[in-house]
Amino acid sequence: MLTFLNHLINGISLGSVYAIIALGYTMVYGIAKMLNFAHGDVIMVGAYVCFFAVSSFGLPPVLGVLLAMLVCTILGMTIERLAYKPLRQAPSLAVLITAIGVSYFLQNSAQLLWGSNQKMFPAFLSGDGISLFRGQINISTVTVVTIIACVIIMLVLTFFTNKTKMGKAMRACSEDKGAAQLMGINVNSTISMTFAIGSALAAIAGVLLCSAYPTLIPTTGSMPGIKAFTAAVFGGIGSIPGAMLGGILLGIIEIFAKAYISTQVSDAIVFAVLIIVLLVKPSGLLGKPIREKV
Amino acid sequence: MKKILQNKATRSNYITYGGVILAFILLQGLSAANALSSSLKGQLVPICAYVVMALSLNLTVGVLGELSLGHAGFMSVGAFAGAVAASAMTESVAAEPIRLAIAMVIGAVFAGVAGVLIGIPVLRLNGDYLAIVTLAFGEIIKSIINNLYIGIDVNGLHASFLNNNITFAEGGRMILSGPMGIPGIQKISTFTAGFILIMITLIVIFNLVNSRSGRAIMALRDNRIAAESVGIPVTKYKMMAFVTSAALAGAAGALFSLGQNTIIASKFDFNTSILILVFVVLGGQGRMWGSIIAAAALTVLPEMLREFADYRMLIYAIVLIVVMLFTNSAGAKQFISKVKSIFMRDIEGGEQNG
Amino acid sequence: MKKILAMLMALLMVLSMAACGGNEAPEAEAPAVDAPEGATVLKIGGVGPLTGGAAIYGNAAKHGAEIAVEEINALGGEFVFDLRYEDDAHDAEKSVNAYNTLKDWGMQIFLGSVTSTPGVATSVEANADNMFYLTPSASSTDVLGGVENPLTGTVDIARKANIFQMCFVDPNQGSASAQYIYEKHLGEKVAIIYKNDDVYSTGIYNSFVAKAEELGLNIVSTTTFTTDSQNDFSVQIADAKDKGADLIFLPMYYDAASLILTQADAIGYDPTFFGVDGMDGILTVEGFDTTLAEGVILLTPFNADAEDEATKSFVSKYQEAYGEVPNQFAADAYDCVYAIYEALQGSGVASDASYSDLCDLLVAKFTGSDFVFNGLTGEDMTWDATGAVSKAPKGMVIENGAYVGMD
Repeated sequence: MLTFLNHLINGISLGSVYAIIALGYTMVYGIAKMLNFAHGDVIMVGAYVCFFAVSSFGLPPVLGVLLAMLVCTILGMTIERLAYKPLRQAPSLAVLITAIGVSYFLQNSAQLLWGSNQKMFPAFLSGDGISLFRGQINISTVTVVTIIACVIIMLVLTFFTNKTKMGKAMRACSEDKGAAQLMGINVNSTISMTFAIGSALAAIAGVLLCSAYPTLIPTTGSMPGIKAFTAAVFGGIGSIPGAMLGGILLGIIEIFAKAYISTQVSDAIVFAVLIIVLLVKPSGLLGKPIREKV
Repeated sequence: MKKILQNKATRSNYITYGGVILAFILLQGLSAANALSSSLKGQLVPICAYVVMALSLNLTVGVLGELSLGHAGFMSVGAFAGAVAASAMTESVAAEPIRLAIAMVIGAVFAGVAGVLIGIPVLRLNGDYLAIVTLAFGEIIKSIINNLYIGIDVNGLHASFLNNNITFAEGGRMILSGPMGIPGIQKISTFTAGFILIMITLIVIFNLVNSRSGRAIMALRDNRIAAESVGIPVTKYKMMAFVTSAALAGAAGALFSLGQNTIIASKFDFNTSILILVFVVLGGQGRMWGSIIAAAALTVLPEMLREFADYRMLIYAIVLIVVMLFTNSAGAKQFISKVKSIFMRDIEGGEQNG
Repeated sequence: MKKILAMLMALLMVLSMAACGGNEAPEAEAPAVDAPEGATVLKIGGVGPLTGGAAIYGNAAKHGAEIAVEEINALGGEFVFDLRYEDDAHDAEKSVNAYNTLKDWGMQIFLGSVTSTPGVATSVEANADNMFYLTPSASSTDVLGGVENPLTGTVDIARKANIFQMCFVDPNQGSASAQYIYEKHLGEKVAIIYKNDDVYSTGIYNSFVAKAEELGLNIVSTTTFTTDSQNDFSVQIADAKDKGADLIFLPMYYDAASLILTQADAIGYDPTFFGVDGMDGILTVEGFDTTLAEGVILLTPFNADAEDEATKSFVSKYQEAYGEVPNQFAADAYDCVYAIYEALQGSGVASDASYSDLCDLLVAKFTGSDFVFNGLTGEDMTWDATGAVSKAPKGMVIENGAYVGMD
C-alpha cells in the first residue's frame, strides 16, 4: 500500500510538470488554433534565463523567475510577430512547419549562445517538503509548488478567458476570426496577447521542470514538450482543465507502467493507453465534441 | 495523345515522370563520369528513400487530407523487416537485386499490415486527435523494436522480446539486437533501385488519384459529410489511401535500411516523421513533384551548409522559416504573382490554355 | 505553364547541386595551417555530434583533438596536422555523409566517430576505403568487429582490420566492473539501472550480467530508461531501495547519472553508486552539488585532477580555450592525435601520401610489438590485431569532490 501511494505521488509530481507545460500548449492551441511545437523550446530558454540570473548573477530566485517570464514573453511575442503572423491566412500545416523551424532555431541558438555542456539547475525549491506516515512517504517541495502553481494558473486562466474582456475577445477569435473582427475585436493583438501569456507560462514551466529534473541542455524542452502535447490532447486540446487532468494522468500512467508492468516498454504502454482513451473518447477526456457543420 | 495532354493533371503527371527520368539519367551520367563528390554519391540512395517517403505521406496528407505525425513508424517497420529478411536471405538468394526486391516487398507487406492495424483506430478520429494517434503509433513501434531480438542459424529465424535469450546452433548469428539495432547490414540498395521505386510509387499514386477511388478519396477530403451523403463508404476509401501510403513507406524503409551500414530503432523517431512532413508541406500538399523536389533539396541542404560549421543547423532553421513564410504569406504571394504577371505577359500570350 | 517552369527550376537545382558537388572534390584547398618549410602536412578528420542532444561528447572530443593539434603544430617538427571535425548529430546516416565530406576535403587519417552507432556506420566505410580509423570513444564492439557477443557467444560482425579504439571496449568495462565489485566486496545486493535504447549502456549491461552470473553476484533489481523517459527515475530508485540493494551499478553517461544521484538523495537513499567511464565529467557539471557524488566509485581512464605535468598542462590549456574542465572524451581525442603522431615518427611519409598507404603504415605500426603509447588516459598502451586498446580500467572513488585512486 505504501509503495502504491509512493508511486502515485511520484506519478502526480511527474504529471504536474507535464500539466504545467500542457497548460501553455492548450492555451495557444485553444485561441490561435495552431500546434506551437516551439513551446518546449521557449521553456528551455526560460530555464536558461533563470539559471543564469540565479547562478551567475546571484539574483534572488523570485527575480530570476520574473526575469525569465519577461524574456520569454518578449521572445514569444517576437516569434509570433515575425514567424506566425504573416501566415494568418495560410493553411494550418504551414504554420506547424514554421513552428518546427522556430524550434530548431531556438535549440541551435541556445547551443551557440550557452554551449552544449550540461548545467545543473539551482535547487532553490529544495527544502523538506511534506512528510506523511512518519517519513515513509515524502512529497517534495517542488511537487507541492508545481501542483499549487498548476491549480492557480488553471483557475486564473479559466477566470481570465471567461470573465475578462480580453479573455472573451480571445474566445471570440478562437470561435470565428472573421466574425470577431467584425465585432470590433483586434484579432492580431488578441493573438499576440495569447502568445505573450503562453510564453510567460512557458517560463514558469521551464523553471519548475528544471527544479524537478535539474539537467539543463539546449534540448531539455523538446521531449517534455512532446509529452505535454500528448497530455493536452489526452485531456482534450483547447480545454484548460483538460490539460491539467491530462498532464497528471499521463504522469501517473507513466509511473505505474514503469512500476507495475515493465520499465523497458513503459513508453509503448503510455502511448497505447492514450490510443485506447482516444478510441473511447475521440476528443479527449474533457474536450468539446467536434460539431459537424452540414 | 493531344487530347490526353490537354488534361492539366495528366500533363503534370507526365512532366513529373519525365523530370524524374531526366534527373536520374543526368545523375547517373555524372556519376559514371566521376563528376559527383563522394558526399553526394553517398546520399543518392537516402534521397530516393526520402522522396518515396514524402510521396507516400503526401497521399495521406495531401490527397486524403489527414495529418500523420508517425509516418517514420511505417518506414521503421519496413526498414527492419526488409533488413532482417535481406540478412536472412544472404545465402539462399545470391543475386543482390532480387534480394533487394524481395526485401522491399516484405517491407511493404509488413508496413501495410501495420497500416491496417493502426488504420482501424485512426479512421474513427479526426484532425489533431488523429495526428496524435499516429504519433503514438510511431513511439510504440520504436519501443517495440528497441526490445526485439532476432537471430538466425541453420534452424531458421529465432526471435525473443525484452531479453535476449536466444540459444543458437553452431554457426548462428544475431541480426537484430534490440537497442543496438542491426549493426551489420550489407549495402545492396542502389541508385537505380531507388529510381525504380520512385517510378513505381508515382505510378501507384497517380493511378490511384486519377481513378474512381481517388476521386472518392478527394471528395472525402474536401467535404466528408457531402461525400458520405452521396454514398461513398468513408472507411473503405480512407483505409485504401492510408494502407497504400503505409506500404509505400515500408518499401522506402527497406530501400533506406539496405543502403545504410547500420540502423537503430530511434532513427525513426518523431523528428524523422516531422522531417518528412516538412518535405510534404514545403513541396505543397497534393503536389507530387513538389514533394520530390522538397525531399531532395532538404536532404542535400544540411550537407551543403557544412562550410558554415557551427552555424549550419541555425542557417537550416532560418532557411526553413523563410521559405515557409515566402511561399505561404499573403504578402509574398501577391509579390510573386506580380512578378509572374510581368514576366509571363509575353509568354502567356500564345498559350491560352496554359 | 507554371508547372513546366517549376520542373525546369527543379532540373536546374539538381544540376547545380551536382555541379557544386562535382567541383568540390578536385579543388585543391590551401592548407589552413602555416607549415614550416619542408614539413609534412597531413589532413586529419573526425566526426561527432556537434549539435543536438549528444553535442556534449562531440564538442569535447573536437576540443581535445584541437589542443593536441595546436601543440604538435607549434613544435615546428616534421609533421603538421590540419584538423577538421564534421557534425553527425549522433546519427548513423549523417555520420556517413560527414565522413564522405571529409573524404572530399582530402582527409588522410580518420579519428573516427565519437559515439557508437555512428561509429559502426563510419567504420564500415573506412574499412571499405582502407582509411586508418582510431576512435576516441566509440566503444561498441560492433565498431571493431570480430568480438564475441557476450550473451549468445556468436560473432555477429567480422573484424574490420583497420579500425582501432582509444577507449575501453564496452564489454571490458562491464566485466571489469563486475569483477571489481566482486573482488572488493563492494555490494552484497546489486541493482542495475541502464538505458535500454542506447548502444553503450546496453553493451556494458550485457557483459556485466554475463560476468556477474559467472561470479555469483546477487543482482536484485534491473530497471531501464530511455531517452524519452530520462527525467524521472523514481520507480527505478524505489525498486532498488525496496529490494534492499546496497550498490547500484550505473552504466551510463553522467547527464542521466547526475539526475539519479539527485533523486536518490531526495528520498534519503544512499547506496554505493558504481559508474563506468561515461560517469567521468560528473564533477565538472556547472551547478552540480558535488557532495551528492561523494563516495561514487567509477572506472575511468582519465582524471582531470591528476598531478602529473601532462594532465595539468592539458587541463589548463583546455580551460583557457573553452572555459570548462575537460572530460574523458576530450582526453581520449587528445591521446588519439598524439598516438597517430608518434606512430608517424620516422616513417618519412610525404604530404601527398594516399590514405590507403598511410593506413597500411599505421596499422602495421599500431599492431607492431614495439609500439607503446603513454597518454593522458593510460600508460604503456598497446594495440593488437583486435583493435582494442590494452589499458586496464582504474577504479576511482570520489572523495571531497575529487577522484582518489582505489588502489
